[in-house]
Amino acid sequence: MNYNWNWGVFFQQTPDGDGAYWEWILAGFYWTLAISALAWIIAIVVGSFVGTIRTTDKPWLVRLGNAWVELFRNIPLLVQMFLWYFVIPEFIPPLKNWMVSTEPIYAQFLAAVLCLGLFTSARIAEQVRAGIQSLSRGQRNAGMAVGLTQVQVYRFVLLPMAFRIIIPPLTSETMNLIKNSSIALTIGLAELTFRSREIGEYTFNFFEAFTAATVIYIVVAMTANRVMAHVERRVAVPGYISGGK
Amino acid sequence: MNLDFSIVINALPYLWQGMQYTLQLTATSAVGGLFFGTLLALARLSSNKILSNTAAGYVNLMRSIPLVLVIFWFFFLVPLIAQGITGAERPIQIGAERTAMITFILFEAAYFCEIMRAGIQSIPRGQVYSAYALGLTYGQSMRLVILPQAFRNMIPVLLTQTIILFQDTSLVYVISATDFVGAASKIAQRDSRLIEMYLFVAVVYFVLCYTLSFLVKRLQKKIAVIR
Repeated sequence: MNYNWNWGVFFQQTPDGDGAYWEWILAGFYWTLAISALAWIIAIVVGSFVGTIRTTDKPWLVRLGNAWVELFRNIPLLVQMFLWYFVIPEFIPPLKNWMVSTEPIYAQFLAAVLCLGLFTSARIAEQVRAGIQSLSRGQRNAGMAVGLTQVQVYRFVLLPMAFRIIIPPLTSETMNLIKNSSIALTIGLAELTFRSREIGEYTFNFFEAFTAATVIYIVVAMTANRVMAHVERRVAVPGYISGGK
Repeated sequence: MNLDFSIVINALPYLWQGMQYTLQLTATSAVGGLFFGTLLALARLSSNKILSNTAAGYVNLMRSIPLVLVIFWFFFLVPLIAQGITGAERPIQIGAERTAMITFILFEAAYFCEIMRAGIQSIPRGQVYSAYALGLTYGQSMRLVILPQAFRNMIPVLLTQTIILFQDTSLVYVISATDFVGAASKIAQRDSRLIEMYLFVAVVYFVLCYTLSFLVKRLQKKIAVIR
């Protein structure tokens, strides 16, 4: 293979004249983190709620939760991204007006965060439901027996246990979320993958740019893994297989 | 806003062409990914440290970077590799569609590897010992005893992964391949009818994937009874 590697490309000036190419990579990385962080918050909040209502004894709540999960799970993320950016604003005129009048990056950011947040919420809902259902029936009954209301049973007994159990799958959902945020490039959001491709197009040093992005994604994945492994050890439930002592 | 779905009706033949490519890509990547994934799983479980570390490294690399980035990598890498193999003077362009197939086979191999590894590890050790006791070689015991069972145990997971793959193939949009989404977006942009087109695409994917995952769930129940 004959390819002339040129790692100096990151220190060349960009055509827009405000810095070197490595700053583009860094700026893209910040957007990736920003999208992932906000989407993660939405996903955890909505996902916990939807996952919880799927374990209640109200059939209509269960069905609503199931419908939510099926809806987001059975449409490709790319198509969902297009729906959030191109289609849904058309049905909400004030939103449409705001998106047209504001800087494009804010409109893209909003669409990407909502899209990734709700998409991931469906997956987290599935984990939360599985976590709650893995608890023995006695936990709920004991909660009821000491006079807690249903909300209190969830708040003080079931959810604290469930969350501690589902940390490993939540970790991999978090990684998936960070990786999935690259799909925001299809609506023009200049996140990490978008920037690395852009550098390739400007300089023809595609492989250096892709290598930089790849290394960053790997470092992020490894860091997230370590942090969550630490959390997992701290909150492990004694007596469970993963809980050690 | 007035919706006009006749635009979708008129585009149906072109969309069907895109869907055919999507299905073709899904089938090729599922079969190819399963084949190479199984080899990778065997390599990962091998007692040869170099082999197992290389396989583990490959799988972890593929699983920690976004599919979009992998697609970009291969889109620019494949022509150079083809040039290296054939000794041609210039990089050989083989087109986005064929590049996508190579990319997805190699990418999915990493995911299928993990499934097959779990499948192989779920087989009791006694099975391996009895195969060896009968005088089977490593290849024979894998091919005749272990893999058929591992494969069968993992069928629901393999099918679920294939449904995910079916959805993921839409990402070939980023290298302008004309799959179902690619076809739809080309028409949508030509006619400025994004709303109708993308709603239609979403409904088609939803109906297909929902039905398929429903069938997988039923199959899972059936298999669970037999075991």
